[in-house]
Amino acid sequence: MIALRNITKSFDGREVLKGISMVFEPGKTNLIIGQSGSGKTVLLKCLLGLHQPDSGEMLFNGEVFGEMDDSIKRTLRREMGMVFQGSALFDSMTVLENVMFPMQMLTNTPQKEIKSAAEQVIERVNLKDANKKLPAELSGGMQKRVAIARAVVMKPKYLFCDEPNSGLDPKTAIVIDNLIREITQENNITTVINSHDMNSVMEIGDSILFLKDGIKAWEGSKELIFKTDNTAVNDFVYSSDLMKKVKQLYK
Amino acid sequence: MLHHIGGYLLMLRLVFVKPTKGKVMRKLIFKDIQDLIIGSLGIVGFLSFFVGGVVAIQTALNIDSPLIPKNLVGFATRQSVILEFAPTFMSIILAGKVGSFITSSIGTMRVTEQIDALEVMGINSVNYLVFPKIIAMLLLPLVINISMFLGIMGGYAATLYGGFSSSADFIEGIQLDFRPFHVVYAFVKTFIFAIILATIPSYHGYYMKGGALEVGKAATVAFVWTSVVIIVLNYFITQLLLA
Repeated sequence: MIALRNITKSFDGREVLKGISMVFEPGKTNLIIGQSGSGKTVLLKCLLGLHQPDSGEMLFNGEVFGEMDDSIKRTLRREMGMVFQGSALFDSMTVLENVMFPMQMLTNTPQKEIKSAAEQVIERVNLKDANKKLPAELSGGMQKRVAIARAVVMKPKYLFCDEPNSGLDPKTAIVIDNLIREITQENNITTVINSHDMNSVMEIGDSILFLKDGIKAWEGSKELIFKTDNTAVNDFVYSSDLMKKVKQLYK
Repeated sequence: MLHHIGGYLLMLRLVFVKPTKGKVMRKLIFKDIQDLIIGSLGIVGFLSFFVGGVVAIQTALNIDSPLIPKNLVGFATRQSVILEFAPTFMSIILAGKVGSFITSSIGTMRVTEQIDALEVMGINSVNYLVFPKIIAMLLLPLVINISMFLGIMGGYAATLYGGFSSSADFIEGIQLDFRPFHVVYAFVKTFIFAIILATIPSYHGYYMKGGALEVGKAATVAFVWTSVVIIVLNYFITQLLLA
């Protein structure tokens, strides 16, 4: 479980996060949604330890991140997996090498076991036949699946995804969303997903944090988001004609 | 300017902390030796041979007086190639070839979030990316050695083929007043240039911001600054060791 308490972060005097508090529970897909520039990526980078919050606390399974010594932070890092917006696969490595990479770098596991673990995860994301391919030879959806495989090969407790289905067609996007949710539930991972895709919200939004201009404007679930009277949420959710029609049908 | 010098020095410090696992690092070093050193041998050999030839022809054509011995062609070729052409100008040529490769490969990793991926995994990305390049570039003196040999051979071939002097005169020239310290001087500066060639392009690639267009711009800026630093250091090293 991850708990955020009053997180603030500024860049060059501009406050990007303004006192965010939230609990992300394990076994659930926790979505952070909001418009571009609302602070989603900065919050995710704070969770990953790539940015240091100016104030507030981040608790990982009850332990305050800022009070951990370096060795515990390093251990915590190994319990985190990340799926980047552009997949961020190492383009000089094959699919298998990409997935084996974190274990090779961070553990002393024998090579044979690393290979076996990587092959299992690749099979789990349905890419068994792509082991020897380079990322450039894969479609966007396949690259995302490799990125998920790489993120979960170390059996992380926390999985972070930054716009995991951006640039994908709606059908592939749903496949990726469902894969993330299945892996989250199977392994009881605390998964935090940055998204501005309403399809993802409707598909896997177990818990939703809505950010507007760095403020927590709303929190709830996919069921509640269609019932809320919050103007900021409604402006965001029903910004497209499609969603306006969905709203009419829903009513 | 000061910001960049500070950033560069901080990056150098990061290169040597929290090292990558030895087994992984060995593979990276061999890959970089292949890309940066072995991959440069062709162009270095080609340029050295022909420039050595041109130096010999130019020298021969400028000897008008019968009082000047013909062995001067060999002597001038040797001195030009060993003292300046091989160590300094070959390093500048490599700033274009190797430097732009380093900047663009690291810059592309930055743009495509591969560096962020390394950081999230808890890997020291500076050590992972830059250290093997520094170690690989320490083989640059071997490349420059080949450049010296082929440069002089190019001069020899051009002299004989053009009929500017006899083989005996040229060989006498390249042996004339030979000072081994000149070779030491050439290798000392090559060693320093090797570190510059690995680190300045790495700095520009690692800290670049933007997209694909900026990768190209970063490679150009890296080439310019690497060349400037090599030329300035060349002046000071020459002043220190030869003056």
